[in-house]
Amino acid sequence: MTDLTTLPGAVPDHRQRSPLHFAWRRFVANKAAVVGGAVLILLILMAVFAPLITKSPPTAQDFLGEALAFPSAGHWFGVDDLGRDFFSRIVYGARVSLSIGFSAAVFSVLIGIPLGALAGYYEGRIDWIVMRIIEIFSVVPPLLAAMLLGALVGGGYWMIIFIAGLFGWVQVCLLVRAQIKAFKEKEFVRAAQALGASPGYIIRRHLIPNSVSPIIVGFVLAIPLAMMLEASLSFLGVGVPPPTPSWGQMINTGMSFMYFYWHLAVFPTLALAVTVMATTLFGDGLRDALDPTLKGK
Amino acid sequence: MTAALELRGLCKSYPLRDPNGWLPRYRELRVVRDVDLTVESNSIVGLVGESGSGKTTTGMMALRLTEPTAGRILVGGQDITRMEAAALKPFRAKMQVVFQDSYSALDPMFTLAQIVAEPLHVHGRGSAREQTETALDWLERVGLHRSYGSRYPHELSGGQRQRVAIARALVLRPDVLIADEPTSALDVSVKAQIINLLQDLQAEMGLSILFISHDLSVVRSLTDKVAVMFNGRIVEEAATEDIFIRPQHPYTRSLLDAIPVLNPRDRRDRVFRSREDLEADIPRLSAVATGLPPAPTPRLIPHGPGHRYEALVQ
Repeated sequence: MTDLTTLPGAVPDHRQRSPLHFAWRRFVANKAAVVGGAVLILLILMAVFAPLITKSPPTAQDFLGEALAFPSAGHWFGVDDLGRDFFSRIVYGARVSLSIGFSAAVFSVLIGIPLGALAGYYEGRIDWIVMRIIEIFSVVPPLLAAMLLGALVGGGYWMIIFIAGLFGWVQVCLLVRAQIKAFKEKEFVRAAQALGASPGYIIRRHLIPNSVSPIIVGFVLAIPLAMMLEASLSFLGVGVPPPTPSWGQMINTGMSFMYFYWHLAVFPTLALAVTVMATTLFGDGLRDALDPTLKGK
Repeated sequence: MTAALELRGLCKSYPLRDPNGWLPRYRELRVVRDVDLTVESNSIVGLVGESGSGKTTTGMMALRLTEPTAGRILVGGQDITRMEAAALKPFRAKMQVVFQDSYSALDPMFTLAQIVAEPLHVHGRGSAREQTETALDWLERVGLHRSYGSRYPHELSGGQRQRVAIARALVLRPDVLIADEPTSALDVSVKAQIINLLQDLQAEMGLSILFISHDLSVVRSLTDKVAVMFNGRIVEEAATEDIFIRPQHPYTRSLLDAIPVLNPRDRRDRVFRSREDLEADIPRLSAVATGLPPAPTPRLIPHGPGHRYEALVQ
């Protein structure tokens, strides 16, 4: 920048660019992440407009005569053992998977941000307590705990969201805590303290906005974890109860027919793999794009 | 008239863990020792010293950003040393700060208008619209166009960012400004602009400035009075010209010797002395000759009007 711009009355010659603008440019440069994001958007649209793209409801046994039929022009993914159009089941399964993934991620962020912010800002005893809680959660395998809880309460949609959130916030909390620890030593925070701003104000207005990147990353990376947990629980029979279509449940059923009717196992597995991979690639791309060490480059 | 800022016997020590031995043993690391300093209203006081001499810590204690171990801080004659956050808030508005690193001093997620309006927001002065208006006025006052209000800190040069930091510090119209090496990170031409800006604003607003720096030429051109810090103590204090012409303490002399001289003919023999050497070479005065009571430890003794330096009276 030339010295001209420091003169009084100099007018800026280009439009303003926020730090997020540069993050967006880095994100677009990452092909895998863009593809992952596009697939994810497609899956979300598919889940939202499921009734428009399927010929029958997912639980309707409209094709009992053609039960176990292989994929054809009429039934793209074939028909399942109970005479239901398998394509409908897969598409509606995306609703369960994605809604659980997103809700659990929201839940994770809602627990992770305040705890991470408190631990990072106050350090000392509060930090110690939060870190010990995190350690408890990281030594318990989520699937085991979820099975236990699921067996006790009887599974179900909200149960899975609750459990996935309970184990998903740890990651968000650690990311937020690290970011806030690094930023609270910055001089703009000291300047705000010198103004007499309260800790709550400083956390809310300065530290959390500066932690958007780790929050977004934590949010997106919590989604595939929750989807995997849902699929695992449904596969084991303590997740979403039938007849609600869930990919995990379908994989379980498909296993019994795998040697004769391959489509019942392959399609739900593929659907789950594609969704989890797209979300993970998208999340990794976001993390790289939002890395604070690259800010302003 | 009461002084704008007074520091009385200010001390700061940190517990330092002894690495040897089985049980943790702590000894005190005394960063700032017994600092007495007065910033009179409408004056600029320089606080100079090498890195690690405790000058920044002193400034941060004056702002109550670092809690002093002992001593008192008076703002406009009021003791703020032990005040709770709520009681302290009006005094915070009277005393503001400009930091050395202008990049980390501005929140990267805020626009310049938001940064300068923030003090008004925190202290609830005026409506949101008035706050933004005042902030834009201040940007203009420090030499930036109003349209800069919607820009972000990373789009500016170091000098421009420091101007924004000054605008933020002065928007509440404080009585005291603590400037912690505000020009150390700037190049020479920009440094001069920032110094001129501070000088103009000081004169316009009748501001009192505690100017912390190791840049002696800047201190000489800007300040009315200078205090020299060494090893956490003030070792000499006098009117600016007095200290540059008649330095009494060996550390002050060695600090002045370190100023580069451009003309080779004016160059004198310079000896760079170690900290230990300087520490040992404390001025010794005879109790009989000066008429002062002898003391076991060095203390500040008067030497002409407004001039004090540290010496051991034996």
